Amino acid sequence: MTGRAILLMIGKRLVALVVLVAILSFLVFSLVHIAPGTAVDAYLGGKPATPELVQLLTERYHLDEPFFTQYWLWLKDALVFDFGESTLTTLPVTDEIGIRLGPSAFLAVYAYVLTMILGVVPGIIAALRQRKLLDRGLVAGAVVALSTPPFVMGILLLYLFAVLVPIFPAAGRGEGFFDQLWHLTLPALALALCVAAFLLRHTRASMINVLDQDYIMFARARGLSWGHVLVRYAFRNALIPVVTVSGALLAFFFAGAVFVEATFSLGGIGELLVQSAQTSDMPMIQALAILIAVLIVLSNLLADLAYVAIDPRIRFEGRSA
Amino acid sequence: MSPHTEPTLTSDRPVLEVEGMRIERTDIGAPIVTSLDLQLAAGESIGIVGESGSGKSMSAKALIGLLPEGVVANGTARFDGQNLLGLSERQWRSIRGRQIGMIMQDPFTMLNPVMRCGRILEESLLPERRLSRAERRAEAIRRLAEVGITDESVVERYPFQLSGGMRQRVAIAAALARDPKILIADEPSTALDVVTQREVLALIKRIQAARGMALILITHDLRVAFATCDRIQVLYAGSLVETGRADDVRELPQHPYTQGLLLSEPPADRRVRQLVAIPGSVPSAADVQDRCSFASRCRWAEDVCRDGVPPLAEVGDDRHSRCVRLPEIGAEMATLLSKSEERVVVPAEARSDGALIDVVNIEKVFESGGRTVTAVDDVSISVREGESVGIVGESGSGKTTIARMLVGLESPSGGEIVIDGIPVRSWRALSPRDRRKLRQTVQTVFQDPYSSLNPMRTIGWALKEAITTHDRGGGNVEGRVAELLESVGLSAGYAQRRPSSLSGGERQRVAIARALAVEPRVLICDEPVSALDMSVQAQILNLLQEVRTERGISCLFITHDLSIVRHASEYLYVMHHGKVVESGPTESVLDNPADEYTAQLLNSVPRPEGQWLATGDADEMAATRG
Repeated sequence: MTGRAILLMIGKRLVALVVLVAILSFLVFSLVHIAPGTAVDAYLGGKPATPELVQLLTERYHLDEPFFTQYWLWLKDALVFDFGESTLTTLPVTDEIGIRLGPSAFLAVYAYVLTMILGVVPGIIAALRQRKLLDRGLVAGAVVALSTPPFVMGILLLYLFAVLVPIFPAAGRGEGFFDQLWHLTLPALALALCVAAFLLRHTRASMINVLDQDYIMFARARGLSWGHVLVRYAFRNALIPVVTVSGALLAFFFAGAVFVEATFSLGGIGELLVQSAQTSDMPMIQALAILIAVLIVLSNLLADLAYVAIDPRIRFEGRSA
Repeated sequence: MSPHTEPTLTSDRPVLEVEGMRIERTDIGAPIVTSLDLQLAAGESIGIVGESGSGKSMSAKALIGLLPEGVVANGTARFDGQNLLGLSERQWRSIRGRQIGMIMQDPFTMLNPVMRCGRILEESLLPERRLSRAERRAEAIRRLAEVGITDESVVERYPFQLSGGMRQRVAIAAALARDPKILIADEPSTALDVVTQREVLALIKRIQAARGMALILITHDLRVAFATCDRIQVLYAGSLVETGRADDVRELPQHPYTQGLLLSEPPADRRVRQLVAIPGSVPSAADVQDRCSFASRCRWAEDVCRDGVPPLAEVGDDRHSRCVRLPEIGAEMATLLSKSEERVVVPAEARSDGALIDVVNIEKVFESGGRTVTAVDDVSISVREGESVGIVGESGSGKTTIARMLVGLESPSGGEIVIDGIPVRSWRALSPRDRRKLRQTVQTVFQDPYSSLNPMRTIGWALKEAITTHDRGGGNVEGRVAELLESVGLSAGYAQRRPSSLSGGERQRVAIARALAVEPRVLICDEPVSALDMSVQAQILNLLQEVRTERGISCLFITHDLSIVRHASEYLYVMHHGKVVESGPTESVLDNPADEYTAQLLNSVPRPEGQWLATGDADEMAATRG
């Protein structure tokens, strides 16, 4: 198959993305008018309504135009990443997000990588040592990690590795790659551990299932070495379901890190989201909602592409003999 | 293997010699195989025949060092001067694939689904042969040719893009890639259609002869073993009950179990009066380790049979039996056998007029992924009052689709179905009254008794539900349940039990009782015995026969097995690729097939005569399938 079919799939998904964002943008735009009070109140964000300010906002957001014209004008601006100004800081929304995007993305990717390593490797080991002491230990550890919320884990890590044994910084995001890596290790760990525990159990179950398959026994019966069977057969087949669940994780880490960001004073996207919701910062909410939706769709698309890459059955679906 | 071991084996010395192999679970100490002996000469083929629970597959795994965790084998299995049963995993690596190869039952699960067939073959080649990429590819193509696949593009294909027969060929090529001296084939053809089964077995035999390889064929099917093997070992509940040369065992079984198996299989070439069924079901090896394993089901069993394990005694030239009463009952067994070989001639009656089911020019088209598949193509069949009709065909012939349309699980794309005077093209368009009437006219018995009963509910509940759904009048429901159970040979106490505590045969009896609850006039049986053990199949076939004669109901038998339709039907339709290729009174169709495909099907039924596996058209056919 066929690069063409894959391109077709990507194309279809991108079209779906555009449709989704179009619908979402309309809903998000309507928020301003659905919110209690007038649209001007929404853009005022609690500031005193002086006639000059009202006049300014009405002009800025074309509030004297009909609803759909307003939407159209808003959409045209949004397409060039102009979502207006934050009602809280009066700075452009895009700039505010831009400052925090870097660290949040760094944290999300870091946590994602940690999750994959901490989930998949012990999961495979546990499956290979099924019902032995190591397996039971790992599974028990996973249950503990799974039932510890990230902010509790964050405080625990902070106390252990920044206070008791101060090898990592307690706050801040750092400059440059290695400094950021050093600063974000504890937050990323705090985020990753809970999800990694889930992934560990998922990988273990998948691996146990694969090890039990006829093709593993048949491979060994042909005299292939255990190492070869593990790498070429067991790992690859066991990771197929793992890859599918990992798709949504990246977006989750990106937008769902609010507690950890707060614990480590990182000032990321998550914090911004909570802050803007609390202060009814409409332009900020609109921009973030669209950003997160796009991220979720894109990371799922990436997971699906990975799925297609490792499982030929998907590629030939509906065309097999 | 290291070159400094023994000199080359002479042909009279066995390549593999198994003595007193015992396989058991380490956790509870329960035996799976109590004692297995086997001597395999170079180039010889031995059949290990047994039903589920006999321990035959575990024996195969023990001989290639792949027993599951928690299962161990003791005893000796001498191969090339070493005892296989004591080898370390490291030592096994020089045996597996190089000395002993294995293929398994299910070609659909045996090959890694995410690897191309070429890669599977290439990685199976000897690692110390340093070959370039192109050489490896050429070798893979050569190996495919050996198993009759001349289409070179198969190396680029994934297993799921091939048919079952092709996959099994690829698996055989992979298993033989390191040129083993012994091949263990564990039910290599069971998951395949009859025609493909013959092709695959013929292929294995041909390769075996060409390479001078020894073969251990593990099968539940005596006929397959007779046709393929030089010698037979019959395994029952973990112990060998009889061994001997294939022809000797076939002509005169020397153990009641072997004889029972032979008699419970309906012969394909003639109809017999009644199948001699073995009562009960296969016990576990642990439950019978202190007695003759077959005593609980044997009609000749006496106290002596339950008093310790009888020895596997020599009863003739290269012939052993574990039956202690053989001298006393031998003559009686022989009489029974010869009686069973009598042919019953069914008087060719004209078909009655009253058609209960009339299917006229029916058609079913499925759409999938932009392709249209015609599953049933212009088929007309009819089932008359009191008649048993067979539909025979391989998988994909459309026979099950017809059954599903008859009971309203699918709607035909064209044509007409009339059941008891009611036109039923679409069940949805029927009035509730007609629908209820139809459900009372037609009932179904499905293939898999394990999934057709709700595991959470008792048998009594399932039967009560069937009774009250169709007959709201009430009455003595409990009494009806007991009556139904008795009519299928189960005691009334079964009403309290759940499906999990029943054997496969018992479950199928319950499924039949449930179908009978509404007193139907037609019973549709879709492969009713193919999920059951051979010794249990005959019980169910006899039960269906009984039910039919007692109640005078009609039957529609859907099966892939010609022997079963020969035994169970009076009128036969042969289906191929969605079409009826031949129909007529069963006897005359099977005795004088007019269609080429019917003849080919008949040809594929295992029979002991040497020519069954004689190749020829088999390989050409393989090339056109695919």
